[in-house]
Amino acid sequence: MNLAILNYNMGNLASVINALRKVGVEATIEKNPDNILKYDKIILPGVGAFGDAMEHLTDIGMDRAIVEFANSGKYMLGICLGMQLLFEQSEEFGEHKGLGIISGEVRRFPKSELKIPHMGWNRIDEVHQNSIFKGVSNPYLYFVHSYFVDTEEKNVLGKTDYGIEFVSSVQKENIFGLQPHPEKSHENGLKILQNFINL
Amino acid sequence: MNHFAKRIIPCLDVKDGRVVKGVNFVGLQDAGDPVEVAKRYNIEGADEITFLDITASNENRDTIVEVVKSVAKEVFIPLTVGGGIRKLDDIYNLLNVGCDKVSINSSAVKNPNFVNEASKRFGSSTVVVAVDVKRVGDRHHVFINGGRVDTGKDAVEWIKEVRDRGAGEILLTSMDSDGTKNGFDLEITKMASELVDIPIIASGGAGNVEHIFDAFQSGADAALAASIFHFREIEIMELKEYLDKRGIAVRLEK
Repeated sequence: MNLAILNYNMGNLASVINALRKVGVEATIEKNPDNILKYDKIILPGVGAFGDAMEHLTDIGMDRAIVEFANSGKYMLGICLGMQLLFEQSEEFGEHKGLGIISGEVRRFPKSELKIPHMGWNRIDEVHQNSIFKGVSNPYLYFVHSYFVDTEEKNVLGKTDYGIEFVSSVQKENIFGLQPHPEKSHENGLKILQNFINL
Repeated sequence: MNHFAKRIIPCLDVKDGRVVKGVNFVGLQDAGDPVEVAKRYNIEGADEITFLDITASNENRDTIVEVVKSVAKEVFIPLTVGGGIRKLDDIYNLLNVGCDKVSINSSAVKNPNFVNEASKRFGSSTVVVAVDVKRVGDRHHVFINGGRVDTGKDAVEWIKEVRDRGAGEILLTSMDSDGTKNGFDLEITKMASELVDIPIIASGGAGNVEHIFDAFQSGADAALAASIFHFREIEIMELKEYLDKRGIAVRLEK
């Protein structure tokens, strides 16, 4: 199987590569948008700000290539910011347009006594059963984020409680998104990556 | 229901690429190998691992990068490195091999703008500011150089300042408590937790499970300790089971 991790100059990819290697997959780092349709699966990672990320994607034409890949029906996984980018827009540092592959928007956690960013281990409670969570039930996973996605119930795979209940995992047909970092979530995270590979 | 877990963070002192405190580990092939020690903590239920680089010579500075690179291939939980981080390039080199956060201490005191630059370039959640405090009269001062130099800065003001400069987390070490095993400085832990809206990692003084419970009750989001885990005075899973029984949310699964 051919799997690419998309590189668009947003953060290090070493952890994702290491985790995939641990579950037996040698991923290719791909920064050329013209190449991505040749892969069986892609992972869109991401650390950083939404606006910057979209700018980087658009600059190199990766935005259109990702949409094209999504339309091809092949499996794709967005992690953390990489999941948020799949949506229509974000309110992080002003309004920014996203890739628009899944309907919904990215919002900031409301002010509360809870600390922001939501940083640490929390559970995903499965709303819809899915093979990506095979072998892990309501898993503890590692989160680092200040924004969350707001989307229609039909796209929701799992939710997490952090003062409010927010959407922490999504699926629309061949497109998957995880708010936590499976590559930093010990055995549970590795299992989820393995499940994505097995799709 | 809220399951957001309080974090338990073992700290490894690393010198010239070798763990220097972990010599009492039983059953390890090589007690000085950071990869083996980190793997073991990972299996035992650590929520993160912090490496404190105490390498003295400049020529061996890069050994910590090699350590993280090797650990990150085997250990899939967040990794933090502190000690000797002075330049943005130092941070870049660590993140590039699978490190998740860096902890800045003296460099932040000497050049507070470094906190702004680091958090702007790499994101706040990557930047931990380590604050070493000691009681001076009825206040807490910020100390540097391992507690030897009093900067005269008020700890509360400094914590607020680094938060405003973009720090994503505070590693708060009480130099009065450190090494005593008499418990954390709960007063400063509570003050810091109430003061800023970023996570506080309590450090210095952990001697038993109750001390760690007290730190969480005082508002800490995470507790860091070295020797009690190194010398197996507390098993991480036993600690977590104790905390769970007392109503603190922890990640119990290994």
